[in-house]
Amino acid sequence: MSGSITYLEAIREAQYDALRNDPAVFLYGQDINTFGGAFKATKNLGKEFPGRVFDSPISEDAMVGLAIGAAIEGARPIVEMQFADFSSIGFNQIVNQAATLYWRTETPCPVTIRLPSGGTAGSGPFHSQSMEAIYAHYPGLVIVTPATVEDAYWMLLDSVALNDPVIYCEHKFLYYHLKSESIGERSLPIGKARIARPGRHATVVTYSAMVHDAIRAAEELQLDGYQIEVVDLRSVKPMDTDTILGSVARTGRLLAVGEAFPWGGVTAEVISRVASEGFHLLDAPPMRLNAKDTPIPYHPNLWKAHRPTVASIAGALRSLLRY
Amino acid sequence: MSASPVTTTSKRTVSAYPADFQEQYLRAFHFMRLSRVLEEKLGALYRAGGRIVGGVYLGKGQEAFAAAMGVQLRMGKDVYGPLIRDQAGRLAFGEPMTDCLRTYLGAVTGPMKGRDGNIHRGRPRDGYMAMISHLGSLLSVVAGALFARRLKGTLGDSIGATSVGDGATSTGAFHEGMNLAAVEKLPLIVSIANNQYAYSTPNTRQYACDNLVDRAKGYGVHGEHIDATDLAACLTAFRGAAARAKAGKGPQIIVGTLLRLAGHGEHDDASYIPDKKRHTHEARDCIDVAGKFAVAQGWATEADLVTQMEEIRRLVDQTVAKVSKEPVPDPFKESWLALSTSELVEGQNAS
Repeated sequence: MSGSITYLEAIREAQYDALRNDPAVFLYGQDINTFGGAFKATKNLGKEFPGRVFDSPISEDAMVGLAIGAAIEGARPIVEMQFADFSSIGFNQIVNQAATLYWRTETPCPVTIRLPSGGTAGSGPFHSQSMEAIYAHYPGLVIVTPATVEDAYWMLLDSVALNDPVIYCEHKFLYYHLKSESIGERSLPIGKARIARPGRHATVVTYSAMVHDAIRAAEELQLDGYQIEVVDLRSVKPMDTDTILGSVARTGRLLAVGEAFPWGGVTAEVISRVASEGFHLLDAPPMRLNAKDTPIPYHPNLWKAHRPTVASIAGALRSLLRY
Repeated sequence: MSASPVTTTSKRTVSAYPADFQEQYLRAFHFMRLSRVLEEKLGALYRAGGRIVGGVYLGKGQEAFAAAMGVQLRMGKDVYGPLIRDQAGRLAFGEPMTDCLRTYLGAVTGPMKGRDGNIHRGRPRDGYMAMISHLGSLLSVVAGALFARRLKGTLGDSIGATSVGDGATSTGAFHEGMNLAAVEKLPLIVSIANNQYAYSTPNTRQYACDNLVDRAKGYGVHGEHIDATDLAACLTAFRGAAARAKAGKGPQIIVGTLLRLAGHGEHDDASYIPDKKRHTHEARDCIDVAGKFAVAQGWATEADLVTQMEEIRRLVDQTVAKVSKEPVPDPFKESWLALSTSELVEGQNAS
């Protein structure tokens, strides 16, 4: 339909606007120039901005290192990891060089690293990972996890404008499936969570693609008369604890949902904050739902059972509401 | 490890040197000696206990190699990413001695304010990169600074220089950074100080090529191998590398063979280095070699060298005395901000 824009197109548009608005912006990543990127998130940008979109060698460590050096010189690079999973090769530069630079030397490090994240059927263990919790663990990084077309666009522009390193986790499952009539107006700044769906019987705190599964689960429970509130974290670091606590104050029940592996991570952080700062608000033990504690499977039958689904979120909510 | 023949330029005649060679040589030699005296002081402070809380990592024996690169660089114009044993290079680049002492002593007046220590220091906005402990990872950062300047159109004739040791050449970061710098054809000098031991691990357990300079061919860059105990040879090599980098010839690798004349740090007695190694050509003290050469060339007299050394000692003592009185960090005054965007710093942990 005409005038509609996908999540992926919003990411491309944001990069187009970032390049157009600020000559300090450049893009660095594998296959992103003529080819337009493995997912076409940089389609035509090399043509539209000659000399500012660069194909890099398959060297995630050096790609991030180059971006850090450039940022020190006042550039505002956007690095595309072909898949979030491969950022593990750039891990050292991200957490030890970029994340420590401001603390150690008071030199700003405006680097944005785009991580095509999360699972799609058939992608298997090394093209499906969600890395947000790994990076959120380190001081000195901002971690954003846009769930909507609007946020995909505005949070990428906001990330590029920040004088700090940002890990921008874009969900591959949303690339083509999620559409909006237009990009829309800027809503909230980085650091603020959003009430994606208001409710009063229980709160689901989630982020990225799981926001949509949580909303569908909430719609399912509405048939049984339950009003489920869904909080979209938008950025997992900083985490908007006030909005989470405000929601739990209204509902008394908390389910934290994430697509990432279960040990530690964002959902554990949400539970920990509510337990320590809002224990008195809870009418039931807080629950969490994550992927299974195995590598991410290849076959769709296994993949669908590995990650939280609308059905498993709805099931968890029913247990929570029964308590 | 079969030793390749070491080329040396020290047998050249005076007339073989370009007009400004003598001046550069004497400047490098000054920084070598300043570095040695400063580092001896750091070692003494470490052994005395109290003021220096972490380790002390010295460049003894590597001063010629480090200073020869440092004197090619201009603070404020070039980009420098030194590593562990580059005190002489840092001084030659223009680092004030106070930056070194303040960082070792953790003084808040220094560039790192007690948040990081010893050799992990720099002033990145001035093109002076602050190393992290992960070897080889500064290479791509220096490359990135040059890349950004080229993009902005401000590169001009500025160059970048960074150093590693034999051990760092085994890291993925070194390989990725070296390859990327070559692909981007950046004006970057990479010095490899082969001091034969990465901490305690000898070359035979570090790499399997004949000579580390062989790697240059694989990266498609110019490489040279020199006797790093010979200041004149070091200067000749780094002058050539700087000229080629400025002329658009891309990255330059200079491998220098030498021996670290100290432990990995002052906590290390280097007992793993066999005695016979300590009597090889590579174990020559580059400062003795450089001083004798300067006198033989008629560039300085023995008396000059003695006077200069007295001045260096006085300068180091004065600076140490001054910095020793400077304030150390107060946790209650520390901002504890890891982000420059302070509104995105999460609230204090509930503890």
